[in-house]
Amino acid sequence: MTRSDVQLMLDVKAGDPQSFELLLQRYRTPLVNFLYRMVRSREQAEDLAQEVFLRVYRAREDYEPSAKFTTWLFRIATNLALNSLRDHRYQKLEISMDAPILADAEDGEERMMEVADEHPDIEQHLVEEARKKMIRHAIDKLPEKQRAAVLLHKYQELDYSEISKILRCSESALKSLLFRAYETLRVELAPLVAKAVKH
Amino acid sequence: MSCGRMETRILAYVDGRLKESEQAEVQKHLDGCAACRLRVNEFRAVSSLLDELPVIEPSGAFNARVHALVAAEPRKRSWFAWLTPSPRIAFVASMLLLATVWLGSRPVDHPPIAEQDLPVVESSDYDVISSFSPLSDLSQAPSDEDTNDSDTPQKM
Repeated sequence: MTRSDVQLMLDVKAGDPQSFELLLQRYRTPLVNFLYRMVRSREQAEDLAQEVFLRVYRAREDYEPSAKFTTWLFRIATNLALNSLRDHRYQKLEISMDAPILADAEDGEERMMEVADEHPDIEQHLVEEARKKMIRHAIDKLPEKQRAAVLLHKYQELDYSEISKILRCSESALKSLLFRAYETLRVELAPLVAKAVKH
Repeated sequence: MSCGRMETRILAYVDGRLKESEQAEVQKHLDGCAACRLRVNEFRAVSSLLDELPVIEPSGAFNARVHALVAAEPRKRSWFAWLTPSPRIAFVASMLLLATVWLGSRPVDHPPIAEQDLPVVESSDYDVISSFSPLSDLSQAPSDEDTNDSDTPQKM
């Protein structure tokens, strides 16, 4: 039988290292993806995700299951991401969110274009990559809090009450925040959206 | 329902997160509002586009780095931990205690007092008899009259 997150955390509190390992396995991918989409750097996202797990471990002795584990976990992650973005706001980051994917990198794109002339499949691949790049850039353009709200809502599938606790706002304020974010995305992705609506 | 009130419900409608009663209310509005119907379709398209982003996997060293961070954490000590002596201090204290007990229980090898050569003080200059002051040298013993002080109230 699968133990719940809260039960695992209580077991960690009781001194069971295996339970911490299970939580690590369960949440490492969602956390890294959330942070990657927040800070736009894979390396930084991994560093922040590791810091999240370290903070969970440090807080084990004081842990009380008063809220859902995911609310607590993603609150730590969101705070770290927002702090990191604030700290790096005035620094020109050379590492782009697109860096890990070769097709997104400028030199990678050039190389891919050369190959695309010879292989029509790669041309199709390039179109798909351009779509993804456009979507990523649309998310990047969102204000930080709106971005966090969209990521938690869309990819982590947390409910409104959880997200509002993470972002420390009311549920109605969160719904307005999400509406404004989707409006921005709708405008930024207008060509793709128009094409999808026609179909 | 007005188009303005749709703002807080449209996304929940797209995600199917509304309660049944709210769902029906929104549906009723959409049946009569082409603009909101279009907005719902556009939001559905945005949501689908967001699904296209790939999921990345953490690097191979991710878990190892978390383990290293956790292992480097200092162990927390409770409020009463200071009562528990460290092994080194406990060992030294035990050794000192054992040494004290051993030294205390050891038989002492002293000779009896009678057998000791006590020093004898000899003084030829001091003549006890001639130095003796008899009681007669003292002043006369007080008479009865002397004892009756004039200031002392007399019995009548």
